[in-house]
Amino acid sequence: MTADKAKIARQFIQTIPHSKALGMEITALGDGMAEITMPYDERFIGDPKTRVIHGGAVSALMDTCGGAAVMSHPDAPAGTATIDLRIDYMRAATPGQAITARAEVYHITRSVAFVRATACDDDTDRPVATATGAFTVEGR
Amino acid sequence: MVRKAPEPVQIVKQRRDAALNALVGGVPYINFMGISFDRRGDELTGVLSFEEKLIGNPILPAIHGGVTAAFLEVTAVIALSWAYIWEDLESGALDVEALAAGNLPRLPKTIDFTVDYLRSGLPRDAYARATITRAGRRYASVQAEAWQDNKDRPFAQATAHFLMPRSEQAHD
Repeated sequence: MTADKAKIARQFIQTIPHSKALGMEITALGDGMAEITMPYDERFIGDPKTRVIHGGAVSALMDTCGGAAVMSHPDAPAGTATIDLRIDYMRAATPGQAITARAEVYHITRSVAFVRATACDDDTDRPVATATGAFTVEGR
Repeated sequence: MVRKAPEPVQIVKQRRDAALNALVGGVPYINFMGISFDRRGDELTGVLSFEEKLIGNPILPAIHGGVTAAFLEVTAVIALSWAYIWEDLESGALDVEALAAGNLPRLPKTIDFTVDYLRSGLPRDAYARATITRAGRRYASVQAEAWQDNKDRPFAQATAHFLMPRSEQAHD
């Protein structure tokens, strides 16, 4: 990926109000690949008894990461929108730990990008969630 | 046969609203997102009050896809928990005061969640309702739909599966 495109993608993602509200930060960006981390925050707790983060916040992280992977693909000239996203929750994320999602575009056509993503906490051998999604390829 | 006199309306409303407030108000993420619930009898409608921080595409502008997914998931979890406690709530088996004091029932766990985006979410309030299509002892299936201006034109729909909390009495 060209330095310019990486810079644009990074800037664009970091100006998304909701991604900012969830404290998301891009930790890696490549051709059709993105890695974004979201810190543990008590405001995102979904189950007050276990203090585990709500699945909705994980969905937002997966969706942002999938979109970022599409935008950073060399064959995707401009923006993208999610067509569908399926998330499998493998286990509860450990309270107190950040969640990092990594998404890759595994196939792209003129109009659709197919994305896979995995989210982990500190124990990177056992993913918290995995996702697959279809995204639009816009601007051509 | 002597029929029991119906409960006074304010007692019924107070009990149901207190239980719902405890269920919803106890979850920090629901407050963070600005989601509330409208209740008509046992029917719940999720209300997502628009705020700038919910934007995902500042150029259009449109609500973040993750916000839409989260809104549907919150609506599905609350609708399922609500249906799960309803009978005990109405029979008096559930202690509403203990509930309000933070002794919440264990929540269903999401197994998987699929969201379809039908049109972009506009920068204004959104509403959602969930239908429980299977309420098993261990597994439940829920469908949810979100709309803004026109209920017949939903902007997103979701299907989710949940693992139900084991009831205290059950041994299997």
